Amino acid sequence: MKKSKVLLVSLTSIMAVLLLSGCENNMVVFNPEGPIARQITELINFSIALMLLVTVVVFGLFGFIVWKYRERKDNMDYEPPEEHGSTVLEIIWTVIPILIIIALTIPTVKTIYAIDEIPKGYEDQEPLVIHVTSADWKWIFSYPEQGIETVNYVNIPEDRPIDFKLTSAGTMQSFWIPALAGQKYTMAKAETQLYLVADNPGSYVGKNTNFNGQGYAGMEFEVLSQTQKDFDQWVQDVKETAPKMTLEEYEKMLEPSHLGRKTFSNTHLEWVDHSDPHSKNYTNPEMYDRGHGWPGKIFEDKDNYKNKDGNNSESINHKESENEDSHGGDHSGH
Amino acid sequence: MGIKWDEFFVTGDPLIFASQIGIALTLIGALAGITYFKKWNYLWTEWLTTVDHKKIGIMYILMGVLMFVRGGIDGLMMKGQTAVPENGFLNAQHYNEVFTTHGVIMILFVAMPLLIGLMNFVIPLQIGARDVAFPQLNALSFWLTFSGAMLFNISFIIGGSPDAGWTSYFPLAGKEFSPGIGNNYYAVALQIAGAGTLMTGINFVVTVLKMRTKGMTLMKMPMFTWTSFITSIIIVASFPIFTVALALMTFDRTFGTHFFTISGGGMDMLWANLFWLWGHPEVYIVVLPAFGMLSDIISTFARKTLYGYKSMVISIVMISVLSMLVWVHHFFTMGNSAAVNSFFSITTMAIAIPTGVKVFNWLFTMRKGRIKFTTAMLWALAFVPNFVIGGVTGVMLAMAAADYQYHNTLFLVAHFHYVLIPGVVFPIFAGLYFWWPKMFGYMLNERIGKWNFWLFVVGFNVTFMPMFFLGLDGAVRRAYTYSAETGFGPLMMISAIGSIILAAGFAALVYNIYWSARYADRNIGNDPWDARTLEWATATPVQHYNFASLPEVTKLDAFWHMKKNDQLQPLKEDEVEEIHLPSNTWIPIYMGVVFGISGFLLVFEWTIAAAIAAIGIFAGLAFRSFDYDEGFHVHKDEILETEGIWRKGANKGVKNHVS
Repeated sequence: MKKSKVLLVSLTSIMAVLLLSGCENNMVVFNPEGPIARQITELINFSIALMLLVTVVVFGLFGFIVWKYRERKDNMDYEPPEEHGSTVLEIIWTVIPILIIIALTIPTVKTIYAIDEIPKGYEDQEPLVIHVTSADWKWIFSYPEQGIETVNYVNIPEDRPIDFKLTSAGTMQSFWIPALAGQKYTMAKAETQLYLVADNPGSYVGKNTNFNGQGYAGMEFEVLSQTQKDFDQWVQDVKETAPKMTLEEYEKMLEPSHLGRKTFSNTHLEWVDHSDPHSKNYTNPEMYDRGHGWPGKIFEDKDNYKNKDGNNSESINHKESENEDSHGGDHSGH
Repeated sequence: MGIKWDEFFVTGDPLIFASQIGIALTLIGALAGITYFKKWNYLWTEWLTTVDHKKIGIMYILMGVLMFVRGGIDGLMMKGQTAVPENGFLNAQHYNEVFTTHGVIMILFVAMPLLIGLMNFVIPLQIGARDVAFPQLNALSFWLTFSGAMLFNISFIIGGSPDAGWTSYFPLAGKEFSPGIGNNYYAVALQIAGAGTLMTGINFVVTVLKMRTKGMTLMKMPMFTWTSFITSIIIVASFPIFTVALALMTFDRTFGTHFFTISGGGMDMLWANLFWLWGHPEVYIVVLPAFGMLSDIISTFARKTLYGYKSMVISIVMISVLSMLVWVHHFFTMGNSAAVNSFFSITTMAIAIPTGVKVFNWLFTMRKGRIKFTTAMLWALAFVPNFVIGGVTGVMLAMAAADYQYHNTLFLVAHFHYVLIPGVVFPIFAGLYFWWPKMFGYMLNERIGKWNFWLFVVGFNVTFMPMFFLGLDGAVRRAYTYSAETGFGPLMMISAIGSIILAAGFAALVYNIYWSARYADRNIGNDPWDARTLEWATATPVQHYNFASLPEVTKLDAFWHMKKNDQLQPLKEDEVEEIHLPSNTWIPIYMGVVFGISGFLLVFEWTIAAAIAAIGIFAGLAFRSFDYDEGFHVHKDEILETEGIWRKGANKGVKNHVS
């Protein structure tokens, strides 16, 4: 049991050192670059301090009790007393956690409400609206006011609130720029919303945290914060030089693939808003073949974008005939 | 129908090909071995058809240990792949399959069977009963769980593995994005195993309420019995939700309905809600029995009664209530209103209150005690500091605003491994070391046990501690690779090294089981630990009818007080009566087989064939209805002889067998 004590002490100290060094080093969550992320970091730091206190007290008590009441050669005839508990003590260690929880609840609830809104000091500015559409496995950013669209990178002006309107063309994903704000899910036929402000010009990593299939690991994008002047210049350049996207190109883009950066001088919002519950469905099940294993039935849906004429009865007939031979059928590519 | 065998069997990966050959050889070897040693009859009558809660418990444990190996290999493969940036050991698809099966197997086919196995073995003994309330249903529970586990396990060699994560979030897990049949395995195999678990829940609620021996009021029940009872209630409350969710998933995937799909007005958020309405209580289903085992083990090796018994009971009841009120904390980031997130933050943090009470009660149980550092006790002790780390990080995650930065990162992964390994695996190991002599008549070796303990605990911390920091630096879960520029490499490597130490610790346990089975002392008496509860008032290993005459209880820690007050009198001949016990039955294993066949056909979407096979299920039910077997009686002579042998040597092993 000497070993257990040594291990305990070393573990505690390793953890303390790591945690403390964590506060100083360059871990992204501890280096916020905007007011939203900063509020979260302050909350995290407060909780770490309080939790470290709890940990130290429990570890200390544990170490003391285990050490002091260990069985030794000279106490073999010591018979521990009958002891059933103590109401006072038990009330104490019910009340203390309650107080700690209250101490955590107040700033937590405050922060939850605060980060749902435009941060203090920026309320008088008109937020820049950017629609974010996630698809397998890329991020599409539409600037409705500017009439431009980017893929896998997003430029924003510094010191101005950005209002991200999030949705997905397919799988559920999570939109996260850890240096600037926490994350939110993107979901098809639904809209979620996220505010953030960047303090300074700079480049930050954004990523998807919600697993969505084979291309998940590569779903990163760059957030480039610029001065308002640079941003305006960039918008101007895009409008003048970037190509216009066609509907066919957009549909192609929604197929599962990795794309590099792309820039367009129009937005896909003129054809479809994926957050609209009645919008068409842009899925391509036949493109998600895993390359091994038994193929299952694929169901064809009326509201899929491929049924352009919307002739439902025919597509249903077609579906049934396809199901008949789906086991042995025309599955190739293995 | 023309079956394409190259699609039926998973092909194209050397690792999987090696496993296919390995599995085929193992199967042939096992069958040949049983035939050669003429063990078929023994296996059939003693194990496969048994309704004895002790043997069913041991089969559950065996299954749990085997599945631990499978789930552990999955974990090692993940760690091997992520040890260095841009590693090419596994491709994205293979990695996705591996982390999916790792999660499902570890929760549903390792933690659950090991805990239910220990519950099965110990609970009837602790409450002074001769079996559970419904012995045949108990066997059915096991065979359904086993059947589900086997069905799930063959997925990676036949038909393709599920690959949408153990949470299988829609729409990813639906046909729109996962057209292969892999995820059907998830829907069908978990449905079958879940039905078994639900029956176990019902069985144990009734067992604890109706089968307690004379004098054992609710507030005199050992803590493991209490926690198992509450767990069973949570099972009964939450598993039906999972059953419904899986059924809807099966409809979506097999028949093209639109419950969770994007198209046709489906709602993917509904799956997340239903899944976690079951999934969160599931965490407490596995943690609560573990808490109970710890209570009994700490109390035994500190030689003191459990401190604050009443507040312990109130705590577990509070935890069970709160467990149903926190599911939204798994998706704070789904765009809920601030009010909703605040509510669920508070309910989640509130769980820390009863849990804190329990930790302090355990600490004060040891205070003024005389703590004996057996391997079982070491596991129980290691639980406290490690679980506290899991607990405080849990409180941090419960704060919705902060969770926006932790969610789906390796910080979260580290947190739940710090809860589930110290909170479930450590207590299970403690329980195995503790109750092993009752199960098999010999103890696990203490020296190898120490190796097992230290390697496992150190390996666990080295594996998962770095993940907290990786998560805070923005490393996400379930990513099969990362670039060198992220700087995750060194900590990922430390974590991978830790996983090898962890695996060595588990290997030490397996070796210990082998070594002790061959060489351990068989002459250890009925009470080698000087324990406190009724299961130790039986022979070692326990006689098949459990108690010759049912004990009468007047106090908590009944057996301890019997020893203290010298109430362990030799059995008087006129006290002994014939004991009525249930007969073996083939129906449960038969049901497991037909459920497995029918489920397999359903996985392949051969619905008509599956429906035909399902007739076999109804045939089994019909057989059971016309089964008039009234059981058998154990004769007085046999009881007297058995009791005479072990009682002569009773208690002689005390204090002599712990090095």
